[in-house]
Parts: sequence; structure tokens; C-alpha cells
Amino acid sequence: MSNVNNILLAGVGGQGIILAGKLLAEVLAAGGFDVKLSEVHGMAQRGGSVVTQVRFGPRVYSPLVSPGKVDYLVAFEQIEAWRWISWMRSGGLLIMDEQIIYPAGKTQVSLPEDLTSRPGTICLNARQLARQAGLVKAANMVLLGALAAHLGLDLKIWHRVLEDLVPAKYLEPNRKALEEGFARAKPSHDSLSSGPPC
Amino acid sequence: MKEIMSGNEAIARGAYESGVSVAVAYPGTPSTEILENIAQHPSIRAQWSPNEKVALEVGIGASLAGARVLVAMKHVGLNVAADPWLTIAYTGVNGGLVLVSADDPGMHSSQNEQDNRFYARMAGVPMLEPADSQEAKEFVGLALRISEEYDTPVLLRTTTRIAHSKGLVELGERGEHPLRPYTKDPKKYVMIPAHGRLRHQAAADRLAKLTRLAEETPVNKVEQRGKVGVITAGVCYQYVRETLPEASVLKLGLTYPLPKDKIRTFAQQVDELYVIEELEPFLEEQIRAMGISVKGKELTGVLGELDQKRLAVSLGLEDPPPSASAVSRPPVLCPGCPHRGVFYVLRRLRLTVMGDIGCYSLGALPPLDAMDTCICMGSSIGSALGMEKADPAWAERCVAVIGDSTFLHSGMTPLLDVVYNGGSTTVLILDNSTTAMTGHQDHPASGRTLGGDPAPKVDLEMLIRALGVRRVQRVDAYDLAAIRRAVREETAAPEPSVIIVSRSCALRTSPARPLVVDEAKCNGCHACLKLGCPAIQEGARIDPHLCRGCGLCSQVCPRGAIGGDSNVQC
Repeated sequence: MSNVNNILLAGVGGQGIILAGKLLAEVLAAGGFDVKLSEVHGMAQRGGSVVTQVRFGPRVYSPLVSPGKVDYLVAFEQIEAWRWISWMRSGGLLIMDEQIIYPAGKTQVSLPEDLTSRPGTICLNARQLARQAGLVKAANMVLLGALAAHLGLDLKIWHRVLEDLVPAKYLEPNRKALEEGFARAKPSHDSLSSGPPC
Repeated sequence: MKEIMSGNEAIARGAYESGVSVAVAYPGTPSTEILENIAQHPSIRAQWSPNEKVALEVGIGASLAGARVLVAMKHVGLNVAADPWLTIAYTGVNGGLVLVSADDPGMHSSQNEQDNRFYARMAGVPMLEPADSQEAKEFVGLALRISEEYDTPVLLRTTTRIAHSKGLVELGERGEHPLRPYTKDPKKYVMIPAHGRLRHQAAADRLAKLTRLAEETPVNKVEQRGKVGVITAGVCYQYVRETLPEASVLKLGLTYPLPKDKIRTFAQQVDELYVIEELEPFLEEQIRAMGISVKGKELTGVLGELDQKRLAVSLGLEDPPPSASAVSRPPVLCPGCPHRGVFYVLRRLRLTVMGDIGCYSLGALPPLDAMDTCICMGSSIGSALGMEKADPAWAERCVAVIGDSTFLHSGMTPLLDVVYNGGSTTVLILDNSTTAMTGHQDHPASGRTLGGDPAPKVDLEMLIRALGVRRVQRVDAYDLAAIRRAVREETAAPEPSVIIVSRSCALRTSPARPLVVDEAKCNGCHACLKLGCPAIQEGARIDPHLCRGCGLCSQVCPRGAIGGDSNVQC
């Protein structure tokens, strides 16, 4: 199944991961891939760990990603990046929002090491970039923009799908946020030497 | 044209394309979105019923009236609906009737992981199990055709990974099915014993015919490849194809009754035969009973979900993944949740709490630690009465806690039992005016239907008084002193009592201004942290982005250090 690519979108409930997953799946389908996506609508509506699994390729069977096989981990904050980092294959790309969302009641946690300087990591201040684009909630689009820069699909497809999914009044800041993420994450070929075929 | 759809969206689409005109459910993860999506089609009369038993009974009536019907529920919902389910297996149907049971292996959002395939076998009713969204859509139409042709209800069984995974689905047109005429036929529909015996025979004959269908149907198909053979169904087919791409596979779409000849032939063509299924050895035991040697549950076990990794490890093909330890992020009641104050008070009063099913089951977790049981929908009230029956001293030390939607689902009859059998149980109804846990579905006391139309709103207080409860109080969920006073009064009262604790779900109201901690007054006692509010952090700082201004923390702070605008408007 090496021609199937695996993406995890990981964060905390309320960060816009469900919408991000929907957009990503639509873009991949529009790009001509078979796509499967799996999400779980969990116990806590907000504040719990949320992960959406996306797989694409010429033919996808399982909707679930296997540990050690993740090509792209898009982490919406650092603790969730840590939760899933061991699922990445060597040479996989981590796209991470540098913010940390602490579990209820905590103001600090000890993270094993600094992921922000890990090779093969694109670390962004997505909320700040989204705010500059005009909508702080569009941080999810900044991160997707960074992913888009590496998936190799025409940015026009992303914009077309975005238009279908996002209400008109929020379209412009979401579009800008996506472009901002894209611009910040131009592929550096060293970090993706064994990147998956797209 | 193809569209990306979840299994639930695809089932809704299947209902639309197959000419379903009545759809009924009670919400329950992972089934809820089926009816929410069906309700988008004005040509289908879709509704939330108060519980799954009523939903199925409405479905039976609609089928008798000649409509094509879909009834949906989560796995444990079929326990509630099991009574009509096991008898319509005898009567059969008029218009096609498909019951969707969405099981939850792994218990992502359920109290157990029972395997509802046994409900097909127990009823002697055919069962279909889709393996992806495309099949989820197609199997609705197939189920309805089987239902009408064989005069039987049909079980469409999904699991969480089918219900909530998305894939590409080819769309078709709406098919119209005019109502079939109703014919009075007491021998078929009046299940007195004399008729029931005849209909049980009819059901047994039907099952023999369905076995022939199972042999012929294209949804039970062989993919002939290597000499290792696998019999599988549902989402497990996908895991098998990932893990054993060279294996021959008998993929079952119709999983009850089994195509025994097809299975025998398949078994003869392979050297080694595996049965790969989640939860119980449902297929495996039936195949073993045919005298065929298979490997299955001794490798995969009966607990939780499978996936391709777990399957590969079970088969000895891969090593187990390293166990990763990460900071845990347990689910919590939301900031501003109107359930928080009740549990805070119950804990402080050291009461034993019979809990129930809903968001408020999170009140069992630290730091609230305020729930002793959570069994099934409506169990809180009967259990509290039972405690008191075992030892009358419990009447003052034990309360039942139940949500508004759960109370209407199955809390009324146990409350009647409290009144009838001389209990003095205290029941707290946490009334947030919605079915919150499953994503805010309406119910008979919310004032709206599934379709968004205004509906008569049952008056909970009048309803409770009509059941014979004389002591009924209403308190504001954000007023800790009022809750404490009411609980003390009602647990002391030697008769049944109900406290309705009201506030809308915090996710459906606009927040008040966030509160702030006056650092000069705060001595770091952390009394506020005992509320378990995600907006309050160690060191007593309130995150202004999370705080909804409910004001509970300012009520528990012994130094009056938390201020700002507290939310007093409704």
C-alpha cells in the first residue's frame, strides 16, 4: 500500500479540525485521488483531543492510518504533536502550530524535547498569521496552506473547494490565511528527500 | 457524480434514492447524523421520537400503511426497541422496513460494546453489513427490496468506522415508491399466541428462503487470489485487504443467514482459513458449527476495534507499536456548563449519586468525582429507588441525576414507580433544553421538531406532578446556594421529589463577560479548581477566551477574589 499517503490532523476540540479535514478530503478528491477520512465524534464537545485521519491514493481500503506510516502530521498545537509524533514514518513532514493548549487546569507540562527545531518540521504561529489575515479562527487554513505547499496540488483547486465550503462573508480571510500558510512553507527539498509521490 | 460522504450521510442518501418516505430515530452516537441528513430531504417525513422503542413502533405503523421506512439507533438503542423488534420478525412488513443499528466497537462514545449482529440471529431476520460509504448507500436500497420481497424487517448493521468515515459515493436519483395498500390481516399482525405460532413457522420458512438468497446475492462475493483464505465483513474487509493483499477473501455483505454452501466451497479452495471480525465470534462460531476449521478469535480477541495494524500484529506479521505516553487530555464539562454546579454541590454534600447517560456522565471524573453509577438510559431513578428499598437510610443519602432528554426517553416510568411504591427518592433533572451529548438534537420539551418547525413544548413540571410527585422545585443551575438549599430540603423530605435544574447548554448561549481573578485578594487556595472548569488554570488565572462568565467560581472563592460581570441574565 506504499502508494497510499497518510495524513493526520491533530488538535483539540473547537480548533476547526473537522472543517479542515472536510476541505482537505474534497481537495484530494478534486485532484483525482481516491480518498478516505475518519473522524470520531467524541465524548467532549470541546477541550478533548481530536484527530482526523486522511488517506489518499489510487485506491484506498482502510479509513484508518497505521502507526509509523504517517507522511504528514498537521498538529494544531504542540501537545497533540507529541501525542502523534511516534506515528510518523522517518522522513515524514510535521507541520505544527507553535501554540500550546494545556489540559484543563494545567499551566505547564513538560514536553520531552523541543519539536520546533526538529528536522523536517514546519513550525508556524498560525493564530497570529490568521489574525493578520483578518480572522483568528482561520488558523486551521494557515496550517492547511502549509500542507498544500507540499502536497503538490494546484492552489486553484484549494481556492475552488474553499469557495464551496466557507460562507461568503468569511471567505476572504480564509483565502488569505491559506495563502499565508502556503507562502511560509515552500518545500525545502532536503527535508523531504524521501517524500511520497503526489 | 461522486460526493465525499460519511457512512451516515450515505445511508441518508440511500434512503432518499430508495424512496423511503418515513424515517424515525432517537439520537445516539454513532447513528445521529443519519436522521439529521435525511431531514434535509423534504420528500421524507423524518422525526425524532422520544426513544428507540417508540421510533420502531412508529416505523412499524408507517410500514403497515405501506411506506418504505428507515429507523435508526445506536446499538444500545436496539435493547430499548428489542420488544417490538423480536415480534415484527414474526409479523413481517407491508412497506419495506430497514432498521439501522450503529454499533460502537471500542466504545468511543458508549457504555458498552455489545455486538448487535446477534439481534439479527435472535430475530431470524436478514442482516446487511456495508464495508464503506458506497455500500452503506447501496445496502439501504437492497435492504428495502429484501424486506418487501421476503416480508421481513432487515437489520443494516454499521460500526463507528463505517458511520463516521468518509469516502467517495456515486449519487443516483430519487426513487419514488407509492404507498402499498393496507389490508387487514389479523393472523399476520395480531400476535396472540395462536397467530404467533403460525407466524413463527412463517419466519422459519422465510429464513430458509433467505439462505438461498445469501448463496446467490452478489454482495457475498469471493475474491480468489492465494491459498490463504479469509472470511470477513464490514470495515474488517478493508483491514484484511491492507494486511493480506494476496489472500483470497470471501467478503460477506449479507451476514445473516450465512451462505453455507459458498462458505464450504471457499474453505475447500484454500489451505488456511481465517475469520476476521470485530467483537464476538459471530461468524466464526457458525462456521465452526458447520465442521470447518478456522482461526479467528484466538488471534484477534473479542475486545475493542480492529485496524490493519492490530490485525497484522494478531497474525504475527508485524511487531506491536511502541506504547506512546503523552500528556492526557481527558474529556471535561465545557466552560459554563450548567451541569458543573450541581455536581460540585452533590460532592460537597457527600451524597451518593445514581447517574445516567449524557454529557453529565463527565461529572464522574475528577475533580468533581460526583457520580456513583452510570448504566443505561433512565437507570438513575430506578436504581435510586432500589438503594432505598434495600436500606431506607439511603433515601436521605442518595439522589438520582438525569438529563431532560434522557428523562423523556425513559425516566418517566421509573419516577412513576417511585410514587407507586412509596419511595422518597430525590431526582435532579438537569434541564439544558436539548440532547447535548449527541450534538444538540431537539426533543419533546425543546419546542422544536427535527425539521426545525415549532412544536408543542411539554411542561416538565406539570408532567412530573401528573405522575404523582407533589414536591417539585425549579432552581437556576448557576446558583450554587439555591441548589444546595433545594437538595438539602428534598433529600430530607419523606416523599418523592424532583428538582429541575435549568439553564441552556453553554454551547448554545452567547457568553457573558469573562471573570477575572484579583491577584491582590487571591491566596492561591485553589478552591476554584475543584470546579474542574477548563477556563481556570493552576495559579488561579482565568483564560478570558474560554470563560463564559457563568459565575460559579466567584461563588466558591472564599476570599471574594473572582469578579467581573457574572452571568445573571438568561
